[in-house]
Amino acid sequence: MSKTYVHAPGFVAGDRPKIVTSRFEFADSFTLERYLATDGYKGLRAALARPANEIHEDVKSATVLGRGGAGFPAGTKWGLTPQQVWPRYLVVNGDESEPGTYKDRLLMERDPHQLIEGCLIACYAAGLSQCFLYIRGEMALAQERVATALNEAYAAGYVGKNILGSKFSVDIILHWGAGAYVVGEETALIESLEGNRGMPRLKPPFFPAANGLYGQPTIVNNVETLANLPWLLCNGVAAYTAIGTKTSPGTRMVAVSGHVKRPGVYEIINGTTTFRDLIYGQEFCGGIRNDNALKTFVPGGGSAPWFTPDQLDLPFEASQVGPAGSMLGSGAVMVMDETTDIPAAALTLTHFYAHESCGKCTPCREGGTWLERILRRVVDGNGTDADLQQLLEVGAMICPGAFPHAANEKLGLTAVPFPYKMTTICFVGPSAFAPVHSALTLFRSEFEARVKKRVTIPVTAVGVSA
Amino acid sequence: MSRLNDTNVKLAREIIARYPRPKSALIPLLHLSQEQNGYITREAMQHLGELVGVTSAEVYGTASFYEMFKFEPVGKYLINICGTMSCALMGAEELMHHAEKKLGVRAGGTTQDGMFTLAHAECQAACTEAPTLQVNYRYRLRVTPADLDNLIDNLKAGKLNDEFPAHGVLAKVRQTIPAERAVGAKAPEDVTESPAWLDGKAAL
Repeated sequence: MSKTYVHAPGFVAGDRPKIVTSRFEFADSFTLERYLATDGYKGLRAALARPANEIHEDVKSATVLGRGGAGFPAGTKWGLTPQQVWPRYLVVNGDESEPGTYKDRLLMERDPHQLIEGCLIACYAAGLSQCFLYIRGEMALAQERVATALNEAYAAGYVGKNILGSKFSVDIILHWGAGAYVVGEETALIESLEGNRGMPRLKPPFFPAANGLYGQPTIVNNVETLANLPWLLCNGVAAYTAIGTKTSPGTRMVAVSGHVKRPGVYEIINGTTTFRDLIYGQEFCGGIRNDNALKTFVPGGGSAPWFTPDQLDLPFEASQVGPAGSMLGSGAVMVMDETTDIPAAALTLTHFYAHESCGKCTPCREGGTWLERILRRVVDGNGTDADLQQLLEVGAMICPGAFPHAANEKLGLTAVPFPYKMTTICFVGPSAFAPVHSALTLFRSEFEARVKKRVTIPVTAVGVSA
Repeated sequence: MSRLNDTNVKLAREIIARYPRPKSALIPLLHLSQEQNGYITREAMQHLGELVGVTSAEVYGTASFYEMFKFEPVGKYLINICGTMSCALMGAEELMHHAEKKLGVRAGGTTQDGMFTLAHAECQAACTEAPTLQVNYRYRLRVTPADLDNLIDNLKAGKLNDEFPAHGVLAKVRQTIPAERAVGAKAPEDVTESPAWLDGKAAL
């Protein structure tokens, strides 16, 4: 059978602060008993002792950043909901499926009560009358653990009617997904929760804060974001902002996978930890396997443009990673060493996004498929020079302006404006192009070595116009 | 036969009552139906439509969007081998070839005895433990070809029945909300007042 199920954080536990993974070291971390023995539901008690709007102020002044990908501050997001419109809902996004990412699954499997407590605090603060916990369908264990935890919490009076004897009442409903990456997009998540095909809605008018589930104000938060709240309420804003930087306080979970010595999920300090620390640091991954050279890495999940070794010293800080041409996304670093076949690696990601396209927007549905087909042809050794050009031209129809259209070899391959402009409703379309664009920009010679040097006949030569 | 049985109808009504609108219960109910029958049948979709108040075409519309719902029988064990980037970097393709040889079917196929269906899967959210696979949505991590042989032999021999329930069974534990603790769901149009704990104040 396969190896024991061991996960970081904590190859070297050391003195790194732990906010969301503090209980992971216990074998019974998912039980109510362990949770109560380790400050469990204290944050909820602290919240209930104060008026709701103060809790919202805390979350705002602590700048708890959304951990789902966009990095939007949770407190600000809550504040976008219109006043005095009832009912309003909390939808928890546990549909984690971005390539390279997993932290929400661990948080649900290892510490489900922490998530439940976070949901309760959010509902109390923002006046949300029902909470839906949407868990990805393929995560059977996470569903079991969360269901068990919810059953315990209901029985013990932490969830449901008159929580802990107060006026605060809320139901948390466990909801199952059924396998669709695009449902991780918040409006698609809401569609799915309404029992429909999980296709994103157009924004505007469907900004969830104003017009979400059943047309009501709805807050959609990521699992990790909510898991931060119990600690924040227990320890206070000052303790939270003392970790990390001013613009990126606290910690975040990052999964490092691929060709490193100790792949794992680590809780790192936000804003100051660099990619070099993470990939080469002895308390984290400890370097590249066999001490090979690093070729390239994906800094923030499959949708993110790739970085090269000269960008290793960038910290986990959105204001620096953004201008450098990529994003922190959902906390997933995928590392490729010198032995990596770059066109084939890019193909796995493009295939993913082409496969997961919901089909609503034509540029993504058709474009993603064509990107995959052309790239597969190149990888299989049947491509031509024209195919490389074609890849970029198809990409330009999904992400206009990513480079000057119909130029030649020079093709503006240096300037990569990120975030991409897009002709699609959501980010799945551009995501299919991101790996192609990165790989072709950074490693064009590998593609050129792959294509057959066929003579391509200019269109005019076969047409009547010539 | 493929309509929900009496026990499951009772359960289905409980689940429907948790949502402000019945159609929201559709995906959980499709899972329930798949758990009972192993896959989703026409009759089942008709029945679910009756339960949540939509046509069977609408049920099919929703169900056909999602990868996990199967419309024809699959093996008792659905083996999904992840092929997305982190797994691909760590040898997922070789693992898939090995599985195809071992089972004697191509990816997407079912063995003649109806025991195994082999399939390509997309990112399974266990990227640091690549290559990974799931048997009926339960993980095996850092899988070597030898691990895979072992796994298949043990599944065949019925030694892993506790760990891997038959295809369709998702979570072995369900949420149950005690009636005396439940707040209950109301249709959005029936809620006009601010929640009690806000004492009439604005929330934010």
